Amino acid sequence: MDLTVNGKPVSAEVDIRTSLLDLLREHLDLPGTKKGCNQGACGACTVLVDGVRINSCLALAVQYQGRSITTVEGLADGDTLHPLQAAFIEHDGFQCGYCTPGQLCSAVGMADELARGVPSYVTDVLAADTLSLTHDELRERMSGNLCRCGAHNGIVAAIAATYGADRPAVSA
Amino acid sequence: MTPFTYFRADDTAGALRTGAGADARYLGGGTNLVDLMREGIERPRTLVDVTAVSTEIEDDADGGLVIGAGVTNTALASDRRVRTRYPLVARAILAGASAQIRNMATVGGNLLQRTRCTYFYDEAAACNKRVPGSGCDAREGFNRIHAILGASSACVATHPSDLCIALAALDAEVTVVGPDGERRIAFADLHLLPGETPERETSVRQGELIVAVHLPAPPVGRSAYRKVRDRASYAFALVSVAAVLDVGEDRVVRDVRLALGGVAHKPWRATRAEAMLRGRFADEAAFAAAAAAELADAAPLRDNGFKIELARRTIAAVLYELAGEAA
Repeated sequence: MDLTVNGKPVSAEVDIRTSLLDLLREHLDLPGTKKGCNQGACGACTVLVDGVRINSCLALAVQYQGRSITTVEGLADGDTLHPLQAAFIEHDGFQCGYCTPGQLCSAVGMADELARGVPSYVTDVLAADTLSLTHDELRERMSGNLCRCGAHNGIVAAIAATYGADRPAVSA
Repeated sequence: MTPFTYFRADDTAGALRTGAGADARYLGGGTNLVDLMREGIERPRTLVDVTAVSTEIEDDADGGLVIGAGVTNTALASDRRVRTRYPLVARAILAGASAQIRNMATVGGNLLQRTRCTYFYDEAAACNKRVPGSGCDAREGFNRIHAILGASSACVATHPSDLCIALAALDAEVTVVGPDGERRIAFADLHLLPGETPERETSVRQGELIVAVHLPAPPVGRSAYRKVRDRASYAFALVSVAAVLDVGEDRVVRDVRLALGGVAHKPWRATRAEAMLRGRFADEAAFAAAAAAELADAAPLRDNGFKIELARRTIAAVLYELAGEAA
């Protein structure tokens, strides 16, 4: 099967039962994406498919032929960290680090959903065209990513600093 | 996971050609089916990927909407027509799962997802749904999440969907296409109570493919979806209530639709409560009486008796809130 991973075209021949997660980790030498529960409950395996976040453990790789996958290895620009990665360091957004790749990819996907006007369970006005990332919105939208260390406060602070409604203006 | 052959269907005809066999399954986002295959609960020999089939949401001639079965949960909840005209549908979807799962999951798959009864998933446990005739370990086991309405001696599992509860309240219809052509199923007839055959969960026949959900024109009145669960997000419902209430200036109930999740093997349309409320003065006493009547036949198991009171209170609270807004 052929697909694009972190901007590069790749080919792989795998058993039809292979999940997208196992394809990345076991066949494409990209172990940054983590296997937590392997049943869609923890979010450690979150990757972006054409910019949209999904649980790669519940995805059969064969369903994603021809698509463009972004993993945590693809977020930085060479040696320059993605602003969200820098914010995770700044705000202590991790302890053991196992959930971090999923948290990062998930938050990048979340920011895109917010920009596209995708509502959430806590969105007051469903018909609103513009949404802002309040504290409640951030927590609800990131509820698919668990952190067993309990680094949630740092994670929330890092994401809020990068995408939040009250973040200071940053120059790219 | 048992090996399988994979086909990606480009259209309905292609899907039906490969999906007609007894050991074939249609694959949507895979968020439930892939997990069930990994656990050995589902062992299809053919997987027909239908995520590229029926992916549009279109206006219907009668003022309603036709939702393609391949539309993702996120796309449905984000659609402007759904957000403005069917907020109940958007609210119900957004109450379910996580953003990642909603991005993958399709409408058709949501309708056909299977129970999250822990005994159904545990191959070491007896489960009439998984192995007909083997018994039900949930009946005498840990059954806090199980059914209080419409259950049978064979099965006490609940239907896990949030979306389906809203669709039940809105009198949606489902179009299926099969080898014998196309037919429409009223939402109330889509899912089945367990009876003696809990392995039969819907009226969709082998080989038939759900292609669309039809929402009739939006009902008059205000609506709400309230979900009670063990944590604030990303958990299945213990009890959920989808309600539409239309109260006149004289404070009399002109129309009401009420459906319950988390309490039965299928989305539970509370027809008894609805009948009691139509034409009645919309006050707290009427809501409480209707809720009590709906739960009158509820049968608790060892651990789930709390759901009866929880359902009563949630129904009454949601209706009271909607009546207040309408005033």
